[in-house]
Amino acid sequence: MTTPNTPLWEVFIRSRNGLAHKHVGSLHAADTTLALQAARDIYTRRGEGLSIWVVPSSAITASDPAEKGMMFEPAESKIYRHPTFYDVPEEVGHM
Amino acid sequence: MVRSERTKRLIDLAVASISVSETPLVLYALRRADDALILGHRLSEWCGHAPMLEEDMALANMGLDLLGQARELYDYAAKVEGKGNNEDKFAYLRDVRQYRNLLLLEQPNGDFARTMVRQFFYAAFADLYWRTMMKSGDATLAAIAAKSEKETAYHVRHCSEWIVRLGDGTAESHARAQTAIDDLWAFTGELFEIDDSERALIDAGIAVDPAALRPPWLKLVSDIASEATLVLPKSGWMQQGGRSGLHSEHLGHLLSELQSMQRTFPGATW
Repeated sequence: MTTPNTPLWEVFIRSRNGLAHKHVGSLHAADTTLALQAARDIYTRRGEGLSIWVVPSSAITASDPAEKGMMFEPAESKIYRHPTFYDVPEEVGHM
Repeated sequence: MVRSERTKRLIDLAVASISVSETPLVLYALRRADDALILGHRLSEWCGHAPMLEEDMALANMGLDLLGQARELYDYAAKVEGKGNNEDKFAYLRDVRQYRNLLLLEQPNGDFARTMVRQFFYAAFADLYWRTMMKSGDATLAAIAAKSEKETAYHVRHCSEWIVRLGDGTAESHARAQTAIDDLWAFTGELFEIDDSERALIDAGIAVDPAALRPPWLKLVSDIASEATLVLPKSGWMQQGGRSGLHSEHLGHLLSELQSMQRTFPGATW
């Protein structure tokens, strides 16, 4: 089951209106049309989605795990950035 | 010869086929149900063997769509017949000659191109068929059609995309797709065949007249074939017989696998 010449795609699913598309996984497909169909067949079999995005994995620029100290640790000590001092009314819903 | 207790038990239990009172409506439902079951079973044979994981899932999904359609149609046939048969008995306890499916659908999977061409020929027909049946005077058939049409619409799209890529792909994929079309074409005439029992249901506004579906079917199939740089054979002699139980040698082998468990251990559940 090797697919050496088939590009990799990242799949994003929006499960219902008002929510954002969420990364759910990846798949192999030859082109955009087949990638979308494969995403439908693999990731929405149990009614998970109302909308699908597929993006070539090669289009994603990722941070380097080796740099996580420099990239992310400085934020850990800044707890004042968390908006925990406000009461959010329930009617606001997803923020 | 000394037979073990287990062997004796198996012989005692060997199950005879059921008999079915094939009134026109029962027969009509059984024909459509058998189409869906047999093609669905063929697709299930790909499970774990498809060229890539993504397509393995796609084939299994289509198979499950078809199995769902078969169950609803068998269930309806059992209700209309009213003789105590049910979906399991129809599927597991009828002999080859009692099966009413199209010959096209029992043909072996062959390579991926052959499976796709078989699926495309049928899906292009079935989608038109269900769309028309949504207007049936029979409320149950209309409801089954409405659900099934959404499924087959996707099958058409999925198969069309593959036919185009296989036909217009490499020299090898083109040759395989063209061979599949040439070999399976003779089974497509049966899609549009009806008999007297079905004619009566068509006149009563219950069944679909497939003759009216031939032009749009041919147009869709021709359009995709031409986009795929594939050539449809000139219409020639067509195979028939599936609707009256005269099958190719392949269906018996398929049923022996499909039915082995229930024939050996009747009523077994797990």
